[in-house]
Amino acid sequence: MIHFDNVSKQYPGGYEALRQISFRLPKGKMGYLTGHSGAGKSTLLKLIALIERPSRGQIILDGVNLSHISNRQVPYVRRNIGIIFQNHHLLYDRPVFDNVAMPLVIQGYRHKEIQSRVQAALDQVGLLKKERSDPITLSGGEQQRVGIARAIVHKPSLLLADEPTGNLDPELSLEIMQLFARFNQVGTSVLIASHDLDLIQQVGAKALSLKDGKVLHDEITPADTIVGAA
Amino acid sequence: MANGPQHNSLISAYFIHHARVLLGSLGHLTRHPLSTSMTMAVIAIALTLPTGLYLALNNISGLSAGWDSSTRISLFLHANVNEEKAQTLVKRLRLHNEIDHISMISKEQGLEQFKQLSGFGNALQFLEGNPLPIVLVVQPIINTDHPNQIKQLLKELESNKLVDIAQLDMQWVKRLYALLEIAHRVIWAIGSLLGLAVLLIVGNTIRLDIQNRRSEIEVSKLIGASNAFIRRPFLYTGFWYGFSGGILAWLLTSLSLFMLAEPVENLALLYHSDFQLSGLSFGDASSLILISCSLGLLGSWLAVGRHLDEIEPS
Repeated sequence: MIHFDNVSKQYPGGYEALRQISFRLPKGKMGYLTGHSGAGKSTLLKLIALIERPSRGQIILDGVNLSHISNRQVPYVRRNIGIIFQNHHLLYDRPVFDNVAMPLVIQGYRHKEIQSRVQAALDQVGLLKKERSDPITLSGGEQQRVGIARAIVHKPSLLLADEPTGNLDPELSLEIMQLFARFNQVGTSVLIASHDLDLIQQVGAKALSLKDGKVLHDEITPADTIVGAA
Repeated sequence: MANGPQHNSLISAYFIHHARVLLGSLGHLTRHPLSTSMTMAVIAIALTLPTGLYLALNNISGLSAGWDSSTRISLFLHANVNEEKAQTLVKRLRLHNEIDHISMISKEQGLEQFKQLSGFGNALQFLEGNPLPIVLVVQPIINTDHPNQIKQLLKELESNKLVDIAQLDMQWVKRLYALLEIAHRVIWAIGSLLGLAVLLIVGNTIRLDIQNRRSEIEVSKLIGASNAFIRRPFLYTGFWYGFSGGILAWLLTSLSLFMLAEPVENLALLYHSDFQLSGLSFGDASSLILISCSLGLLGSWLAVGRHLDEIEPS
């Protein structure tokens, strides 16, 4: 699904966020990205979502070389990805339903289908009763789950999550992680960036550790999991 | 995309989406009635001024068309031309499509008038014959767009072998056209400047709107909205500004006209004229609203083009 080949990212001013990263996340698998803040986790996710472009190296996403994607084509790549942010990125001027419906509206779905898909997504995150609520009235965990519903409502083949449990207590965090595991079970590839090593050990998934923009070590080598090669 | 919407429904979905955005942007405007109506009013005032000037010029042109009847070409025929030949010429000239009206002053009528008006009546008795030629008074059709046409007509008439002298008092006609031409240009200049102002007003309003909806734009880009999708509501907003501003300008112009109609009529009566103010025709009103809509669209298009690219998720 994701294939990084010697990818480096240098920001203007010389700061090198990623250095020669190579790894592979096979289709339908779930992987974690760990490391302290500033290790380059967010940058790596941004490269996949085409929010940033690599300085060197190649990224292949679902068989497509991202360096061949023009700015005009970027939206269409993103439509196949669901992104979850630490700070939810919800819009507070509209109810939960409208927030979750956004990816479908953008892709031109019909009203009826939007209705049923949004309800299905909200049901999956356990917030069906809150569809008419304003996001501001929800708790942090609930807001995060609205964000997840928005990321999965259009059934993307890849889910990216950047510190999805950053502001949540351990119990809620575990719940969220289990939610991701459920999506993975139905075939969605998932890549989660998190600094919470305890949590990752708890769910027992494969991880790629970054430190100062380099792959520190990968606890996993089998071909069907994240493979790092520095 | 395998899980995208059905292809055959895409086209109708496209139109449904446009209709939705069109109404959505209108809804967005009505949720902020104060700022919307202020923008609308500024656009309307900026458009009312040139429209009013245009109407004033139109009315003056209409008024001066009445004066055109005093523009005459006098044809002094050669002394040896008799009345019979003159009549034939009159008949022929009546068919000329640039001549509105033609009348003949015979030698006798001319002498009579001369006696009465000149004060030389007694002296004329000593003349053996009538020295005056036959005069044809030609009233040309005046085409305000082609003031040179009269000159051409004059030349043409002068070249007729029966005609000795063709005379036209062009001076005041020229002055009038020169004045109207200047007024025309002034209105164009004012109109263009105020049109530019409308463009800037809409552009600036849309720019603020884009800033206010920054997070919405960021999130939309992150979940795969194309630039066209993000641009659309702002373009429609600009359209609505232009449309409502145009309608309001039309109303303001009509209202001013209504308020002016009676005093103008009173003034005209004092001059024994049945002059009446003419308002905006249907064509004029449609052009006004069309121009206004285009300015709104163009203004928002410029703002969107400049500011939307600056907002990228990070």
